[in-house]
Amino acid sequence: MSAPAPREAFVRFADVQKSYDGETLVVKNLDLEIDRGEFLTMLGPSGSGKTTCLMMLAGFETATYGDIFLDGRSINNVAPHRRDIGMVFQNYALFPHMTVHENLAFPLEVRKLGKAEVEERVARALDMVELTGFGSRRPAQLSGGQQQRVAVARALVFEPKLVLMDEPLGALDKQLREQMQFEIRHIHERLGVTVVYVTHDQGEALTMSDRIAVFNDGVIQQISTPEGLYERPENVFVAQFIGENNRLLGTVAERNGDLCSVTVEGGLVQALAVSCGGRGEATILSLRPERVTVAPEAGSCPNVFDAVVEELIYLGDHVRSRLRLLGDEEFIVKVPNSGMHRPMHVGETVQVGWSAEDCRALDSPPSFPAAN
Amino acid sequence: MAAIAPGQLTTADGTPLKVSFARALRRSRLKALGLVLPLFAFLLITFLVPIGDMLFRSVENQLVGRVLHRTVAALADWDPASGELPGEPVFEALVADFVEGRENRTTGRVGVRLNYELGGMSSLFRKTGRRAKRIREAPYRAAMIAIDERWGNLDVWRLVKRESDAYTASYYLAAVDLRFTAEGSIARQEEERQIYLRLFGRTLWLSLIITTLCLLLGYPISYLMATLPVRTSNLLMIMVLLPFWTSLLVRTTCWIALLQQQGVINDLLVWTGLIGEDNRLSMIHNRTGTIIAMTHILLPFMVLPLYSVMKTIPPSYMRAARSLGANPFTAFVRVYMPNTAAGVGAGSILVFIIAIGYYITPALVGGTSGTLISNFIAHHMQVSLNWGLAAALGALLLAAVLALYVLYDKLVGIDNMRLG
Repeated sequence: MSAPAPREAFVRFADVQKSYDGETLVVKNLDLEIDRGEFLTMLGPSGSGKTTCLMMLAGFETATYGDIFLDGRSINNVAPHRRDIGMVFQNYALFPHMTVHENLAFPLEVRKLGKAEVEERVARALDMVELTGFGSRRPAQLSGGQQQRVAVARALVFEPKLVLMDEPLGALDKQLREQMQFEIRHIHERLGVTVVYVTHDQGEALTMSDRIAVFNDGVIQQISTPEGLYERPENVFVAQFIGENNRLLGTVAERNGDLCSVTVEGGLVQALAVSCGGRGEATILSLRPERVTVAPEAGSCPNVFDAVVEELIYLGDHVRSRLRLLGDEEFIVKVPNSGMHRPMHVGETVQVGWSAEDCRALDSPPSFPAAN
Repeated sequence: MAAIAPGQLTTADGTPLKVSFARALRRSRLKALGLVLPLFAFLLITFLVPIGDMLFRSVENQLVGRVLHRTVAALADWDPASGELPGEPVFEALVADFVEGRENRTTGRVGVRLNYELGGMSSLFRKTGRRAKRIREAPYRAAMIAIDERWGNLDVWRLVKRESDAYTASYYLAAVDLRFTAEGSIARQEEERQIYLRLFGRTLWLSLIITTLCLLLGYPISYLMATLPVRTSNLLMIMVLLPFWTSLLVRTTCWIALLQQQGVINDLLVWTGLIGEDNRLSMIHNRTGTIIAMTHILLPFMVLPLYSVMKTIPPSYMRAARSLGANPFTAFVRVYMPNTAAGVGAGSILVFIIAIGYYITPALVGGTSGTLISNFIAHHMQVSLNWGLAAALGALLLAAVLALYVLYDKLVGIDNMRLG
């Protein structure tokens, strides 16, 4: 390579393409770099290509085109069992005919480690996931959460450089899932191992990851930190997929440096020009519900509009209100339950406002449905 | 109402909970019983009763005692070990029995029965039956010995006394190549008459070979069917099942056409020059024919349980094993194969049990070296009419199957068996 690379990425997908049938691409021109010790999540709806990427990295699928590098070495022609990559599967894939101890010892035995070392490492792995004393049980005798921990311990016991997790928490109930999210996160911090995590649950992705790659239609839509993704979505898909989002359809009236004004039905909105086109181009405005202020002080926001309250849902810490505003009947505003607000009533007209920076003017891809 | 013990749970009206619970269950139990009753009755009449009858026949021996009832009664005080012939009253009773038996035509059957134990008894009884009515007065003993000197033979009398009991072990002894000696002790059958143990051995050995072949042939195809995409695996499944839907006789006859000396395979081998015209292989009407045809016929019984078990093994097991560092072979042997144990066990025991009782195919293609115990049972049922021996052989076969079943339960656990 001629370009001076200051530091070679630990995992690198270089222009990877994957097709299962020779007609459609499941993964299109993927370029992705993952640093050593990073917790990277591949997030996306089902069929977006994220699991395929993971399987290519694990070696269970071969890339149709392109190279995958691990630690500077192309692994395209390396068999899965020689890649030294730990993997946690969706349904754990614990071997039912082996005890927990035998499951954990399996990767060590196939590596022909000495008996004493196997024992020691298995004990350490059990300790790590707080399952000491469960070694003689069979997977079927464990609860879902315990099985999950065994699966994690098994993927880590042989000290792989890289651990892949394919929706590992999908089978758990909500409470256990949240607990396991923290446990996995802590194990990652403690061991410093590189983790590539696949999920379709955005909450899980935001909680756990250093960086998130949002997949859709075989393409990474945006790759950023959780905060970056939520605060600064770069296209409509990301804005829509991560968190809740109000959408206003409009046309760019004027661009003014970073800002622009957009004509929407019934008004002119000041917005941050992120990826919208020039004057006259269609755009979609994206606005987070919690960034909208009800009854703003005069002059505090450039965007102030009248809205009719359609529906109110009391949620304890905040009131979720659905408003009719600028031709949109599904405009959601989260009003914090801080006592500073006068209670709203269904049918009344209120003023709402927001800053230009919180309203992001994004491109309007033709494939994206105009409304749903 | 029964007195309610303190601490006992009761329903709102004071009935003990157990009573109330039993009452609630009774209705659904009756319903369940009603649903299984027709099948149970069917099995009882067509399965359990015949098996019971077979077991009874294998020891039943009332014929001698019934037809020669006077003789048997008179023989009660006679000591077979005394070395002397029975006295005059016994012979008098014997003549009376023969006269009566001649009218009922029953003495001939006794002769046939005793002939199983000692050669010549049938002819002795026929001969005596014709002439006994001429004896009208004493001395009976001399007269009988005059009809046939075998009546003066101690062995004949020992046999009659021994077989006068209502139950006998002689069928079972015969079924395992043993016999009673004239003195009443148990000895090996003569060399040239020892056939059943060898036949049992051959039946078990051939069944084992057939089971092994079915497993070796069935395992890969089941694996393929379980791992290929549904469309392809369905096609394979049809190919496995197609022979299953064809008549057994048609399939067996096809094997005859294929394997006989002037058959397709031999012709092909001769034509390609692999074997000479004079060295045509004999692959049918012998052991080879039985093995080939039965393996073919029993293969689906191996494939179906294997497939149904393999279908439930998620592909992620193998992937997990690979990702943990096992090469494909190790992953297969240490992770995949142990998980198919239930299918291997179920398929093997099914094929083995069907094989050891198989009749029609060995009868058609077995010749002499490929016939199994079931063919001899049929022979005794239909040709020699020695139903007692047929029943004893059948009971031993049944015992072997049950023993296998118990062994399987001990080794694998019957709960783990999955047939489909």
